[in-house]
Amino acid sequence: MQYTDCALIMGANPAENHPISFRWLTKAKENGGKIISVDPRYTRTSSMSDIYAPLRSGTDIPFIGGMIKYALDNNLYHKEYVAKYTNASFIVKESFKFEDGLFSGYNADKRSYDKTQWAFEKDTEGNLVKDFSLEHPRSVFQLMKKHYSRYDVDTVVKVTGTPKEDLLKVYKAFCATGQVGKAGTIMYAMGTTQHTVGTQNVRAFAMIQLLLGNIGLPGGGVNAMRGESNVQGSTDFGLLYGNLTGYLNAPTSTDPLNATLAGHLEKETPKTGYWSNKPKFIVSLLKAWYGPNATAANEFAYQYLPKGNKNYSHMNLFKAMYDGTLEGAFLFGTNPVVGGPNAGKEKEALSNLKWLVAVDLWETETSAFWQTEAGSNPAKINTEVFLLPACSSYEKEGSISNSARWMQYRWQAIKPLGESKADLEIIHELATRIKGLYKNESGPKAEPINALYWNYGEGHHPDIDLVCKEINGYDVNTGKLIAGFGNLKDDGSTCSGNWIYCGFYPEEGKNRAKNRDKKDTGMSLYLNWSYAWPMNRRILYNRASCDPSGVPYNKEKAVVWYDAVQGKWTGVDVPDFVATRKPGDAGFEDPFIMMNDGVGGVFAPTLNDGPFPEHYEPFESPVQNPFSSQEINPAIQIFYGKFNERGFKADFPIVATTYRVSEHWQSGTMTRNQAWLSELVPYMYIEMSEELAKEKGIKNKDEVIVSSARGEVKAYAMVTKRFKPHKINGKNVHQIGMPWHFGYKGIATGETANRLTPHIGDANTTIPEYKAFLCDVRRA
Amino acid sequence: MVEINLNRRQFLKLSGATAVTLAVVELGFNEKKAYASTKEFKIAKSTVTPTICCFCGVGCGILVHTKDNTVVYTEGDPDNPINEGKLCSKGTTIRQLYTSEKRIKKPLYRAPGSDKWVEKDWEWMYETIAKRTKETRDKSFVVSENGMTVNKTEAIASLGGAALDNEETYLLSKMMRGLGVTYLEHQARI
Repeated sequence: MQYTDCALIMGANPAENHPISFRWLTKAKENGGKIISVDPRYTRTSSMSDIYAPLRSGTDIPFIGGMIKYALDNNLYHKEYVAKYTNASFIVKESFKFEDGLFSGYNADKRSYDKTQWAFEKDTEGNLVKDFSLEHPRSVFQLMKKHYSRYDVDTVVKVTGTPKEDLLKVYKAFCATGQVGKAGTIMYAMGTTQHTVGTQNVRAFAMIQLLLGNIGLPGGGVNAMRGESNVQGSTDFGLLYGNLTGYLNAPTSTDPLNATLAGHLEKETPKTGYWSNKPKFIVSLLKAWYGPNATAANEFAYQYLPKGNKNYSHMNLFKAMYDGTLEGAFLFGTNPVVGGPNAGKEKEALSNLKWLVAVDLWETETSAFWQTEAGSNPAKINTEVFLLPACSSYEKEGSISNSARWMQYRWQAIKPLGESKADLEIIHELATRIKGLYKNESGPKAEPINALYWNYGEGHHPDIDLVCKEINGYDVNTGKLIAGFGNLKDDGSTCSGNWIYCGFYPEEGKNRAKNRDKKDTGMSLYLNWSYAWPMNRRILYNRASCDPSGVPYNKEKAVVWYDAVQGKWTGVDVPDFVATRKPGDAGFEDPFIMMNDGVGGVFAPTLNDGPFPEHYEPFESPVQNPFSSQEINPAIQIFYGKFNERGFKADFPIVATTYRVSEHWQSGTMTRNQAWLSELVPYMYIEMSEELAKEKGIKNKDEVIVSSARGEVKAYAMVTKRFKPHKINGKNVHQIGMPWHFGYKGIATGETANRLTPHIGDANTTIPEYKAFLCDVRRA
Repeated sequence: MVEINLNRRQFLKLSGATAVTLAVVELGFNEKKAYASTKEFKIAKSTVTPTICCFCGVGCGILVHTKDNTVVYTEGDPDNPINEGKLCSKGTTIRQLYTSEKRIKKPLYRAPGSDKWVEKDWEWMYETIAKRTKETRDKSFVVSENGMTVNKTEAIASLGGAALDNEETYLLSKMMRGLGVTYLEHQARI
């Protein structure tokens, strides 16, 4: 980040929530770089920025859509990069249409699209049809130009509420990074993703970055600021229903091809791009999970994998609990009664469980949901609750992966406090004991669990080194560790629990997560400090930092290049490319090796809600959508009934969002149970503008009640200049903000903001829309 | 325990900007004298172990000083290139995760309809949870669906894990898929 010429921070507040990352931006500033903050509220990040632009929550797509138009109209995009490194030159089939907010192929009953209508055109031999002049009317480039021609500055400011001069300042400064040799970065967090159009918000970022040639270079990229220390790793390791480890899709029962391993591999494996190696990764994973019980004769135990048939994501999970179809649940360090959307309903749902296992350092609002203090009647709740004390991160050993995919090892500093234990041991004990109960059983229910290979040494505490080796992978005949995922096989001779990590432990005694050589190996990449997946690459798609012939666009900030003398790719980073690919070789000019077509996707025909980001208003909004008659994202799943009450402008005219503060973390369990941090931010508060406070007769520090269609929250008013009413279509629209860290347990207590937020989510990820909903405020 | 070449003296030399080092320098760095005078220094003779902050995803390095079976001090790891010894308010107070009186130290059980926790031993907890899991799984297990083998239970959920170590998330993912759990989610979604 210190190498960036311009950082656009949108949907994030790193000075507050990722303070140490912000240090590197201040370095960039010292080097002449600019910082832009776009946020509904003037944040700590805004105060450190060169340019600040406010916007109404939920209007990121108009903001960036306008920037795309600005870059195209003013010829500020990186022409060679766009033509060669993106799919802008691809021709889209005639069936692709866009009219009044809807793309072609929409089915209103199912609220979903037939995406085949957005496919690329192919010639008779099945090759993509391209026009590198970008002039074909059905080229992605021309379709994009047409789509965003509607996002003119005047329409944009009417919907975002951003003052026109601020908007243009941002466009001008950021689009200047489209110059060859310049780098701009976008930093985002949950302010971007927690919307019904969250995925398309990120897509809009990716599009502008591809247009400006900002992906794959130092000081460039679209950077997700991760909120939890290992949310990167836990996602890599498949703790989401839809994928196994390493982003391999979990098989579903809805596709007949998944009936067999052969069919599943056929369905999952593209013919081109790096994913064409997928069968090696899937079979190696099955070998890691089922060991000698996975053989060629039994499809490598593929049939033991569960096959779901629906969306099992967080809100659907709680809906199932609310409806009483879930019987038991395990919680590992999570507190949905504070952190979940429409948290009052999530608490209610818990009482329908027969049993609940919570593994935590603390008694949380969730594990204590049955208490009088929680507003419950214990006599009426029949849930059995098992609370297992976990130890903290430095009372055990293991690795975590940060936002930049650096896998850093943590050594044990002290024995676990009291009787608390490492989660590794708890999970191991539970698995061992459950397996034990099935040991003497046979039949279809016992078979999958009996076949699960669980071999991590003797004694209660598993041997973590054995776990590490299984994650990396080894030759199952010789036990020899695998040097990298290029060596994995699909014949059952290798195992690897997570192929993207394969290579972190390439030989005996060399767990590279433990590397602590602090020497700067060039461009501050520190290749010998920890390990970054894949294959220790620090900048993904770094091939794109070079021109098609392999020469860096910016020689002073070169990270990789093609060395004609050695006949291979080299540099200060590990090339994210086939190192031996030479000029003239097929694919030499295609830098995005994980994409099937080898280029960046300006047009994304795989998303549920359209190949181009289009503006729709949040599920709850006080404003009419000026871009089309589609008010809300036409492809989102809607829960009806009491589980998801919806509010409207007449009763709830104020836009609300949630946010975090530096002194607390997430649902607060880790910080509200500490004395100093509790003292620093002791009370729940609602932040509002002076203008709104005046209208409502509220003074700073007054007690106020915020209400939404879901519930009410009492808190102190914090009246500041950081919020200003948005001028939308000439009228004032008020917005308030509130921290979501509080609950009734711990040292610092307060009412829970998420009792107000709705059960509605993004069309692709079902991430809840915490960041834009409607409320009203009154004095308590 | 720690694969780091860092004894106390080297550590003191490394953390050049800290008050502790300055104090030692003022003492002329006569080691004997330093030891004799360090009664007031909590970190004298402590064991130093590097860790990574457990809060946000930046991945700052922290040094944990332990002595006499407790955590006496924590500070930014000057060697870690991510934070070069700097920390935010949460990283700074990480010691209190160990010293807070709010930590639960024993397994707790709440029976149906009860209004209180009861302390139980680990053995009982593990055995009872395993039994409940098996009962629910057996009752709800679906072997096949429309002629396809599906081997799943939709009656058990697993939530959380964004603060677990990679090795832990791996075992959790393996165990839950192994049981046939489809409701498998964590904080990346919320």
